[in-house]
Amino acid sequence: MHIEVRNVNKAFGTHQAVRDVSFTIERGKLIGLLGPSGGGKSTLLRILAGLETPDSGDIFINGQRVNDVKPQLRGIGFVFQNYALFKHMNVFDNIAFGLTIRKARKAEIKERVNELLELTGLRGFEHRYPHQLSGGQRQRVAFARALAPKPELLLLDEPFAAIDAKVRKELRTWLKSLIAELGITSIFVTHDQDEAVEVADEMLIVQQGRLEQQGSPIHIYTDPRTAFVAGFIGHSSVVEQPNSLRGFENAASLAGAKAIIRPEFVEVGRQEEIAFPSAAEKGKVRHVFFRGAHLELDVEIGANRVSAHRSLDQVPLQPGEEVSVLIHRLYVISDESATMVENPLKVDPLPVHI
Amino acid sequence: MAGVVTTQLSEKTARPKHINESLAVRIILISVSLLFLGCVVLLPLLSIFIEAFKKGADVYFAAIRDPDALSALKLTLLTALIAVPLNTVFGVAAAWAISKFRFRGKNVLITLIDLPFAVSPVIAGLVFILLFGAQGFLGPWLDNHNIQIMFALPGIVLATTFVTFPFVARELIPLMQAQGVQEEEAAASLGAKGWQIFWRVTLPNIKWGLLYGVILCNARAMGEFGAVSVVSGHIRGETNTLPLHIEILYNEYSFSASFAVASLLVMLAVVTLIVKSFIEWKTARQLPKEES
Repeated sequence: MHIEVRNVNKAFGTHQAVRDVSFTIERGKLIGLLGPSGGGKSTLLRILAGLETPDSGDIFINGQRVNDVKPQLRGIGFVFQNYALFKHMNVFDNIAFGLTIRKARKAEIKERVNELLELTGLRGFEHRYPHQLSGGQRQRVAFARALAPKPELLLLDEPFAAIDAKVRKELRTWLKSLIAELGITSIFVTHDQDEAVEVADEMLIVQQGRLEQQGSPIHIYTDPRTAFVAGFIGHSSVVEQPNSLRGFENAASLAGAKAIIRPEFVEVGRQEEIAFPSAAEKGKVRHVFFRGAHLELDVEIGANRVSAHRSLDQVPLQPGEEVSVLIHRLYVISDESATMVENPLKVDPLPVHI
Repeated sequence: MAGVVTTQLSEKTARPKHINESLAVRIILISVSLLFLGCVVLLPLLSIFIEAFKKGADVYFAAIRDPDALSALKLTLLTALIAVPLNTVFGVAAAWAISKFRFRGKNVLITLIDLPFAVSPVIAGLVFILLFGAQGFLGPWLDNHNIQIMFALPGIVLATTFVTFPFVARELIPLMQAQGVQEEEAAASLGAKGWQIFWRVTLPNIKWGLLYGVILCNARAMGEFGAVSVVSGHIRGETNTLPLHIEILYNEYSFSASFAVASLLVMLAVVTLIVKSFIEWKTARQLPKEES
């Protein structure tokens, strides 16, 4: 195991920022630390970097306990949210900083910086100052600066937060391929689940200082373990009385009374459009929202309301229209756990064998 | 006492035309402030030079070349030369501590830094008399060991240092607080240790603010009258600084000489102000770049 965190706690005054967090990370993985703002993600990252000291718990890098190792000696590259570039130094000196501090030879520094300028596509900008660069370029400089001393581990705190949406997408792809190429273990913090799902090999979901679940994006998406993860990942509506839904009459007996339904598992349409009419039930369209590539429907089923997607190619539905609703699956949630339940009625009730 | 006035003028403060006052109002406002400035500041300054040259250039230069005047000038410069670096080091240390660390008693420290601004300089001088004077707490002990503090250079330096110590710290605290610790954390994660961080990251970031504070501190150190007057003993040619020398000459009715020496002090102040304006101009050029 490359990185190991054991039972780490950290409080600021009365605010418990990190609660008993343990996880391990394999070498070369790109990890997304995902969770709502103020959930302790950045604190966790800063503890790894040595910028904060945990109240209790241990951190191991390469099997060596580093709790008492100063940040200077941990061999960690840190990319700050606002980049924290040195304002009074040009791009070259910014990137060279870590090497200059180590008193590396001039020729060596030049070679390494040039290599990084090439890698980050900043060639030609080496004499510019941070204020003369765009957000995306600054981000690349911060990235190159952190990589220059060849760290074991790269930590990125909300690396794309300060960049506009379009450039952000490009940078994400760029960063992912670059990290894959370098093979450096990396952890990035984000509150944007699209970003985490798209970039990370593995995600750590953190909420209120607790680690909720660790796993690959697909794994977490299809098999959320806790109520929080089920609700946080994907777009979902919470249903208060799942056992009143057709096909899920017995669902509530499994656990608590609530369920989470994702729009991609809800099929809405006129009766003839639904593949398993027997598993479907009647609902009423409340609102129709245009979401760019598709329509989002807000549908009322008895006392419950769910949202569903509908393609733009299909016959448009009007608010107030009676429709058939087929719920393929949902997640029954209690305080601690989340369980996936498939709609049992989707099997043809009267199979005709010829 | 005068607080630190920071004059960071930015061109962007100009308001758009449609919400601006009418021409008449603007003319009135501008002329009132110019007139006031002329009467209260420019006219008296000008009168110093007029008075100084009243009896001719010979008297003027004789007054300046007078050994007592020269020794006063030397003492003033020497005092500033000791007090200003002391306060620079102290100011940086205090601003550093206040803006970068969390500790108990921080507010007490901030209040203490402001104390010399709040206390009359005469009282500042008296405090030192109470401490080091012949009847003071430490007076007898100092006497036994043959150490002279009152009515000598150490006393003057102490009083000047006391009065001028808030300038650098006051200038730096808001600046360093605004800058935060991120760049320093970045430097640390890149392997830089304490002093390396200070020399390579912190100091370059605060250098213009620091210079500005040093200049204000210097201006005050050279011009300080009250506190120094109490502790100096007014010994001609020995413990008289320029402001004290001017007062003595004036009290002796040698007006021309007194104004001649005063003009010297004014010129020192003018040089300081020119350097200050240059630094402001330099900072102003840096600021918009950083905002972009």
